[in-house]
Amino acid sequence: MNGAATETTRGPGPQAVLPQHGAQELGFPLPVTSASRAAVARRRREGALQVWMTATAVAASLLMVAGLLLLVLVNGLGYFWPRDVARLELVDGQVIIGEIVGREPIPDMGATLTGATASASGPRYRIQLKTGNRDVYGLDYRWVDEDAIAALGYPEDITVFERRAWGNLYGVVLEENADGYEVQLADGRTRWLRAQDVVDSWRPNAMTTGQKLVAYAVNVWEFLTGEPRESNTEGGIFPALFGTVLMVFLMTLAAVPLGVLAALYLREYAGQGPLVSLVRVAVNNLAGVPSIVYGVFGLGFFVYGVGGTLDRLLFSDQLPTPTFGTGGILWASLTMALLTVPVVIVATEEGLAAVPGSLREASLALGATRWETVRHVILPRVLPAVITGAILAIARAAGEVAPLMLTGVVKVAPALAIDGTAPFVHLYRKFMHLGFHIYDAGFQSPNVEAARPMVFATTLVLLALITGLNLVAVVLRHRLRERYQSPSV
Amino acid sequence: MRRIKTKMNQPIGTVLLELDPVPHAGAANGAALREPAPPAIEVEELTVHYGAQPAVREVSLQIPARQVTAFIGPSGCGKTTLLRCFNRMNDLVAGARVQGTIRIEGHDIYAPDVDVTALRRRVGMVFQRSNPFPMSIFDNVAYGPRLVGERDRRRLADIVETSLRAAALWDEVKDRLRDNALRLSGGQQQRLCIARALAVEPSILLMDEPCSALDPISTARIEELILQLKERYTVVIVTHNMQQAARIADNTAFLLSGRLVEFDRTSIIFEHPRHPETRDYITGRFG
Repeated sequence: MNGAATETTRGPGPQAVLPQHGAQELGFPLPVTSASRAAVARRRREGALQVWMTATAVAASLLMVAGLLLLVLVNGLGYFWPRDVARLELVDGQVIIGEIVGREPIPDMGATLTGATASASGPRYRIQLKTGNRDVYGLDYRWVDEDAIAALGYPEDITVFERRAWGNLYGVVLEENADGYEVQLADGRTRWLRAQDVVDSWRPNAMTTGQKLVAYAVNVWEFLTGEPRESNTEGGIFPALFGTVLMVFLMTLAAVPLGVLAALYLREYAGQGPLVSLVRVAVNNLAGVPSIVYGVFGLGFFVYGVGGTLDRLLFSDQLPTPTFGTGGILWASLTMALLTVPVVIVATEEGLAAVPGSLREASLALGATRWETVRHVILPRVLPAVITGAILAIARAAGEVAPLMLTGVVKVAPALAIDGTAPFVHLYRKFMHLGFHIYDAGFQSPNVEAARPMVFATTLVLLALITGLNLVAVVLRHRLRERYQSPSV
Repeated sequence: MRRIKTKMNQPIGTVLLELDPVPHAGAANGAALREPAPPAIEVEELTVHYGAQPAVREVSLQIPARQVTAFIGPSGCGKTTLLRCFNRMNDLVAGARVQGTIRIEGHDIYAPDVDVTALRRRVGMVFQRSNPFPMSIFDNVAYGPRLVGERDRRRLADIVETSLRAAALWDEVKDRLRDNALRLSGGQQQRLCIARALAVEPSILLMDEPCSALDPISTARIEELILQLKERYTVVIVTHNMQQAARIADNTAFLLSGRLVEFDRTSIIFEHPRHPETRDYITGRFG
């Protein structure tokens, strides 16, 4: 049998070149031709290959996500830790005070140029220090070669001042009274610091770990609830956090009812013809339109069109100063709702398609109208799907920045959209947004280096916000599903 | 709103809804012997198309009130389509066209001024697969009464109890009316669907193969229930099971390829069918 089988492979063909194994290897006496044997071997190899391919793809995705989260977490969370402040005496007699924030090997340019071998001691390093005192030195950061350091210590009397302007100040307090502080800087100069310019001060080198933890918590709280300072590179992010949450909330209020009603019409009322299919395709495609296009539309339609008209009709006495005819949180939210409504429609429609027709029939056969059927039987059933749509919409809207830049987001908003002055809600106001805050602090500020920790911390807050919103929705969906879907029999 | 009285001490089955007298209601009992009463449903020259395909062709028959009438026939013969014309459920099917006349209690139900929701309250329906709503047992039965605006909790409780008793389910579920209806067994779910249909006080009950998804014991209970229901309701039942038709139906209609072949008393259909096609089907030569 084996010999005969081998004979059949003499013809030209891809199988002929494959290595041949005895038919006995398969363990059962089937008439196995070498062609089929080769096919089996090929398929087995392919199977293994495909498992590897797919598993590698998963691993790569996980690795990227984990890397991203780790990067943001470490950098973002580290920002709030009251780090020790080092006092460096250099070989040339200079004294520097600052937080050590980085260390890197110095590229050995000389060795490369002259062809000399690297020094026996290995690569040399330099450290990055946050020296603060921008008003004195002009820069917040400086690099110091480790070779140039004569002595390094952490004296307990070094105080860190968080100031309203010019960033942190590091120094030793010589004299302190109700009006301010007499501070000696690293280079021996003294400066008078007014008390009203100081936000906070601490002596990290003298603090215990417990005190530092408390300070850490306070810092986080101040970050979340404070106002930004120094062109968004310092201080808190509360206005941006508030603006983001309010924008997402308004967007959800607009997008979810609109999307659900549209999906109900498409599934429950409209006859299923080519026109409805066309509408459905159009809705699906709408979800893929670049967001900046929505921004342009929002600017043209909501801001200039609707807002301009409102101004002419209701606020004509204030013209030419626009009230609604300029970017604001309402227009931004509506633009964002437009952007996310296809997501809600698609998710709701899928949910509606999954509601068994027998439930509709049962309700209609009891004398219910279509709307009563929708209201009492179908909507409760489809609610988890609606919430899934809302989750996706929220996740997208919270992170989207481009359309907002055209419809109302600003670097610094003078006032929140909700405050204590009547009528308390001012939806025409411009607002701040975490995503735009990241862009602005990280890439538009005059002091990018100082803003970097801020960028990570803000990113972390944005991620946490989206995760939190999603978690709420997931829990809600789970509850509803348990309530309205058939318990497994 | 008609009033509903509950008679707690009577045995199951005799506790039934106190309906307004139907205009032509004859003697309630002894269906096989009594004088021909005015029919509950009159069908004249009914033809139903799904798209271009006729599903029911030129069917005419008169279904007597307060009797059980069974539609039998092979799959696809149009018996379910015919049944679904009686409460206009075919309106929901895209492309369905109905020609001819159906009169229920003297009213043409396809007349343009007919309120379909009122018709469906008058003509209840039980489906092939039990389809309770994903709500509590109580809410399932109270669904119909609530639609017509019944909000009084005590009256709702009365209706629920009466309907569940009429559907022979009360004793099994009276302690767990707040449980999800989907936790009931298949047979219980089907009886719940019957109770739900009874709660809107219909005069006619349409049943589309109500036992086809049930085990023999549950089937027996439902058949027993149907026999009790005919004291108060006109029951029209579609069934695949000829023994079932023979056991419970007073009248039987045999349909084949959308045509009504024969309609007569069940005893005649099963013992002395006039048409050879009926005889072949009854004796199991096809179908």
